[in-house]
Amino acid sequence: MSIITFTLNGSQVSVDAPPMTRLLDLLREHLHLTGTKEGCGEGECGSCSVLVDGELVNSCLVPSLQIQGATVTTIEGLGEQTHLHPIQQCFLEKGGAQCGICTPGMILATHHLLEKHPAPTLDEIREGLSGNLCRCTGYMRIFEAVQQTAKLAEAGK
Amino acid sequence: MAPKEPIVGAPALRYEGEAKVLGRAKYIDDLHFPQMIHGATVRSKFPRGRITAIRYGEGVPWDEFTIVTWRDIPGENTIVHLLKDHPCLVEEIVNHPEEPIVLLAHPDKALLRKAVDAVTIEYEPLPAVFTIEESEAPDAPVIWNSEAGDSPNVFKTYLMEKGNVDDVWASADYIIEGEYSTGAQEQLYIENNGVIAEYTEESVTVWGSMQCPYYLHHALQLAFALPEEKCRVIQVETGGAFGGKEDYPSVIGCHAALLAMKSGRPVKMVYDRLEDMAATTKRHPSRTRHRTAVSKDGRLLGGEIEFAIDGGAYVTLSPVVLSRGTIHAAGPYNWPNLRIRAKAVATNCPPHGAFRGFGAPQSIFGLERHMDLIAKTVGITPEELRRRNFLQPGGSTATGQLIKDPIDLNGMLTRALEESGYHAKRAEFTKTNPTSPIKRGIGFATFMHGAGFTGSGERRLNSLVAIEIDDEGSPEILVSSTEFGQGTNTILCQVAAQTLHIPYKNVRIAQPDTHRVPNSGPTVASRTAMIVGKLVEDASHNLLTCMRASGLLEETYTPEQFCHAALAYKQKHGELRATARYQAPGDIFWDDDKYRGDAYPAYAWAVYVAEVEVDTRTYMAEVKNFWALQEVGKVLNPVLAKGQVEGGVAQGIGYAIYEKCVWKDGVMANNQMTNYIMPTSADLPPIHVLFEEVPSIHGPFGAKGIGELPMDGPAPAILNAIEEATGVCFNHCPLLPEDIFDKLANPTSISADSSQLQPAVAGPVFSGTTS
Repeated sequence: MSIITFTLNGSQVSVDAPPMTRLLDLLREHLHLTGTKEGCGEGECGSCSVLVDGELVNSCLVPSLQIQGATVTTIEGLGEQTHLHPIQQCFLEKGGAQCGICTPGMILATHHLLEKHPAPTLDEIREGLSGNLCRCTGYMRIFEAVQQTAKLAEAGK
Repeated sequence: MAPKEPIVGAPALRYEGEAKVLGRAKYIDDLHFPQMIHGATVRSKFPRGRITAIRYGEGVPWDEFTIVTWRDIPGENTIVHLLKDHPCLVEEIVNHPEEPIVLLAHPDKALLRKAVDAVTIEYEPLPAVFTIEESEAPDAPVIWNSEAGDSPNVFKTYLMEKGNVDDVWASADYIIEGEYSTGAQEQLYIENNGVIAEYTEESVTVWGSMQCPYYLHHALQLAFALPEEKCRVIQVETGGAFGGKEDYPSVIGCHAALLAMKSGRPVKMVYDRLEDMAATTKRHPSRTRHRTAVSKDGRLLGGEIEFAIDGGAYVTLSPVVLSRGTIHAAGPYNWPNLRIRAKAVATNCPPHGAFRGFGAPQSIFGLERHMDLIAKTVGITPEELRRRNFLQPGGSTATGQLIKDPIDLNGMLTRALEESGYHAKRAEFTKTNPTSPIKRGIGFATFMHGAGFTGSGERRLNSLVAIEIDDEGSPEILVSSTEFGQGTNTILCQVAAQTLHIPYKNVRIAQPDTHRVPNSGPTVASRTAMIVGKLVEDASHNLLTCMRASGLLEETYTPEQFCHAALAYKQKHGELRATARYQAPGDIFWDDDKYRGDAYPAYAWAVYVAEVEVDTRTYMAEVKNFWALQEVGKVLNPVLAKGQVEGGVAQGIGYAIYEKCVWKDGVMANNQMTNYIMPTSADLPPIHVLFEEVPSIHGPFGAKGIGELPMDGPAPAILNAIEEATGVCFNHCPLLPEDIFDKLANPTSISADSSQLQPAVAGPVFSGTTS
């Protein structure tokens, strides 16, 4: 066991866990943040996506020792019941979430995409989200949600 | 007073959407119970054989484990579906790879994995079969036989006849034959199968990811020999299903419950992706053979269709999958004479099961590919062939069902072809293809999909729904119909809100819990919007009638007055609850023996158009653009309906050109997301969704079923377009680059294939069968 200290959704946390514990398990089992989902366990589906120091990673492939001192953002760090993050609001309105299991990862992937491309083209959206699989939507409503978020951000400037 | 804006037909926000976008929705693996331990399954690693010994290897503290075998089952050793041939745990004979033999439970997941690997199953092998052809061969070993079946290795057969097809061959100008086949397809819900079970004081409770709580409820009663009130099933948020969580939760649910009973602790069983893909159900592989008599002006005179599906090792749901596939095999066309012979055969593969479309995508693939072959042979366009044979109002389907709805397939075809620029593109591609390494093509499929259970199915289900007023005076819908992404919660609340004249946000829907909700039937068969929606509408009317009869509610009222009246009624009478039970429409008749009559109360109709590119250097086919036009009755929620269609089309595109299950002696060899390829956001074309709305009397506010329809059309439309692009005929899906390479890179295989013949040389008897 070893103490892993990092910043999680804005607060510093320390967890006593074996260093090879997957970041996914550290979040779900040690810290009880179950918004991050496991879909495949091999880095293909993106359901377990979180942001580590601003980069989008599959938390099922990251050993916890690698996040020592890092800043981690999960879906729980994005919005609140009374005040959804604009991406969450747009996913809700545009039908970007169906069964919802890929949604936390997809929303974090969108967050990452919009940081890089605040006004993404459709091709940039298709490419930017291609590491996150969704079996329900066929992605079209998700694309609309992303475009709507970008439009709102542009209008709010 | 009624809300000013209509609620039905408006894009009401997804009922549980906020919890989902916040990551707060709790799926089965997110739940943790005190004292809970984990369960795992020891499975067969061979397709068929007799178990001679089970050895528990060294290096594992076996005394810490709960171990369950078939001997621990208190009731019948069966997972009941239609028959009882499917054991809960193997007693002696293994019939497929990955068949459950021993169950283990332990608090430590890592140790549990080690223990599963340490169990060795010794066995004497028995001969096995793995495909339809092997199963039906005259010298095939008998791997399944039952009095309830049709014959050795055959679970079920159907014979459907209309007119007299034997008389048409002599007068036909053309007799056109073709054989078409489809592979298995994995549902690939992103959340794997999972449950938690608890056993206390001789009663069993299972929470889980599932479509049909009452299926598992029934399975538990048999396996545990318990009365229904001692069994309880609760559906929790479900991360996708698509049919894959229709029958399988009965297996994993009974397993976890057995471990809970023996250990005395709550047991969680959640499969990982490898196990889920290897062991759980997939879409049935199929083969469709057509022999069609056609006049020289392109009218269908008669046809013989042979439809076969591979059911895997046990019956499970195969007879009903076969039934839907059989009825849909004739498509939206007028067949004066027709004979369909259908069979579901046994193989030593894990049982195939429900997947969106339920047999229809398979037989529609065969028919819509065959229609293009007929057009080519007769020398008319695919469009003209369909126009000359479309069903019209007043016509009758293959089962003899009179078309009463004012459906206009010609008009729909015109609209879909115009929206997609079909004619201009066809002309352009004909011009540019000869000089380009990238061959472009555009093709389409026309089809229909029946809503609700087949034939007398809904009558047998006898569904019941209830609406109850809660402590805040809000109506709560009580149904066993489940939400797994399609929008059940939202549309049922919309229907109740509109009927009760109160805002959408004032209506609640209960978590499906068999102790609390009545059985409104399984969430399958495109039946929720139409059948259950109608019952919710009826129950809402009954609630209003009850409130008005009590004198507490005026003819017109505000939402606040509704709430006050509801609470006043509740205070006076203790509870306020209204129900509605399914009543078969008076004009629906079905003959189960002859397979004749009104197969479904209503059909959705569709024309799907696919534009493709085939790169003759890489042999890669891509869908570049897609139009989905459908008539589904009243669209209850335009955002959700569009999402349903787009998602179904995406799965259909996967079925056509990406998703291949690779089998090796009954084992899925590519049971992981790395090498079973589903479409990503970068792979899909724009999907243009177009609706026509012809209200049906059978659904709430005129709605019909929509869920399965979009799975039916993409594969044939895409393969029709690929033939347009390449001039080469492909009759199997999925069609991957290696399959295209096989034919394009090997010209001799093309010339040897009579389906490549041009009409001028086709002659009177034309066979598209390759062998």
